[in-house]
Amino acid sequence: MTALLPSLPTIVALVKIGLLVGGLMTAAAYLVLVERWMAAWVQDRKGPNRVGIPLTKIRLFGLGQPLADGLKIILKEDFTPRHVDKVLYTAAPLVILAASLAIFAAIPFGSSLPPIPALGLTGEEPLLVAPGLDVGVLWVFALSSIAVYGVLLGGWASNNKYGFLGGLRSSAQLVAYEIPLGLGLLGVVLAAGSLKLDVIMDAQASSGVWYAFAQPLGFLVFLVASFAEAARLPFDLPEAEQELVGGYHTEYSGIKLLLFLVSEFLHMVTAAFLIVIMFLGGWHLWGLTGSGPVETWVVAFIRFAVLSAKILGVILFFMLVRWSWPRFRFDQLMNLAWKVMLPLGLANLVTVAAVEEFRPQLITALGAGWAQAAAIGLPWGVFFIGWIAAGMLTPSGTDNTPIRTPGPLDAEHVLGTSTRELVEV
Amino acid sequence: MKPSDPSITWLEEKPLGLAERLYLPLFVSGLTTTARHLVSPKVTVSYPEQRPTVGNPLIYRGVHRLNRDQEGRVKCVACFLCATACPAHCIDIVATESPWPDREKYPESFQIDELRCIFCGMCEEACPVDAIELTSLLDLTGKSREEMIFDKEKLLSVYDMTKDAEPMKSTALGGTL
Repeated sequence: MTALLPSLPTIVALVKIGLLVGGLMTAAAYLVLVERWMAAWVQDRKGPNRVGIPLTKIRLFGLGQPLADGLKIILKEDFTPRHVDKVLYTAAPLVILAASLAIFAAIPFGSSLPPIPALGLTGEEPLLVAPGLDVGVLWVFALSSIAVYGVLLGGWASNNKYGFLGGLRSSAQLVAYEIPLGLGLLGVVLAAGSLKLDVIMDAQASSGVWYAFAQPLGFLVFLVASFAEAARLPFDLPEAEQELVGGYHTEYSGIKLLLFLVSEFLHMVTAAFLIVIMFLGGWHLWGLTGSGPVETWVVAFIRFAVLSAKILGVILFFMLVRWSWPRFRFDQLMNLAWKVMLPLGLANLVTVAAVEEFRPQLITALGAGWAQAAAIGLPWGVFFIGWIAAGMLTPSGTDNTPIRTPGPLDAEHVLGTSTRELVEV
Repeated sequence: MKPSDPSITWLEEKPLGLAERLYLPLFVSGLTTTARHLVSPKVTVSYPEQRPTVGNPLIYRGVHRLNRDQEGRVKCVACFLCATACPAHCIDIVATESPWPDREKYPESFQIDELRCIFCGMCEEACPVDAIELTSLLDLTGKSREEMIFDKEKLLSVYDMTKDAEPMKSTALGGTL
């Protein structure tokens, strides 16, 4: 009989999945509200503040708005245009949502829980759906690349020029920015010596130096690339509504559109998680969380709260940046990816590799304190030099002003001579 | 027109300075602008509970009213100047002989179709006796089209409703009483 019952690790994993998916969906719904509030406040409006508890007059500052938004979009007609490729059209939102949810299997959402002997959990229970997954970072990357397929499928299957252009732009942009994203992350992996995100957090907690301080250039590259990967302003070209109506989800409505929008928000949440976990110390905060194993529930809760607060802070930054900057032009976007971010990411990787390689020699030559100072000072030097060099050397965009000197063919095109003859022929 | 056409004057874009090339100063200035607006006082109001403030109610162009003179009679002398001036043709006056000795005609009926009105204020400008005026009432609603055609009694009642808050322009601006 007992063989038929799921084993304890399975139950634990299922509980974690339930908590994570439920939490993420709720968070995505409320982040939409936060985004609308931020948009309103930045534009000197009040924002949604009316919907409270249904059927009462209680308003709760508009906290019922996500429910109303969700109901509205679910109850809308789920219209499938006749000219679409039905299979791919239906599959696209599912692919993108499944991929963006599955990413979280490898992303820790806290430190870990202390042992719970009553339930048979004798060791620390890491707050991570798939603990011990050695390819954590690779898993995150692989699945965020699969999410691109959702965008591409949606744009292609829509059989619509705006959708198609949105999908094209999206594929070019995401492929271009995967590289700086990977380079930014490679420095962290190199320094921590592991692809596991929880080990990366532990490394920052035990040394007390967050990788944002140790690898400023990597942080910058990763931050910019994750804005582009999440297709947030100023890199929201895949769905630039002024140019492309809605981009790749132009033809979608109702619940399918909702799935696209939710997974877009999840991309932003994923990006915030990765930025916090890899560069801003994860659950670590000096003097508050400690850095050793979790022994009490208080510590577990504080670490979870610190991580959540940091993630919320990064998301608020994402939302504030949305209203601060105009969108990049496509050539500027590509210039930034290939001519600025790629060299800067390489510079960061080389610096980190050099620092990690020569750390033992530095410690014997300078002593531990000075070696640490040099290991932080050198990347900062590279950061400033790299930034200034990138600013001075790279063009800000393609020069698209017309050529003003008359070309060899110009004379032929003067109206009244050869043009008229061509028309007659 | 070709770019090499001599009649085109080309303006050169200013080359980017160091601050613009490094991007950071622009980043900071954009972020401070949005952050400042994030906490600055809001310009919108929670409308049904909170009324928007009208800058100067005396010159606001809202719902019309027909003014009364000191004896409580309608001031209009049925000269049709407002109906003539109206670009939307929303004023309909039926004139008849006045029972009072101080004027020849008075409006037997005076109708304004508030749905056709474009609130341009031309009627107010045209009126020689300052009988028709636009008030600062801005939320004009009705449940039917018929309800939105204001007759003489309704326009006079608008005057009775607003005369204390918005005195007739005639007294302040030297018009006829």
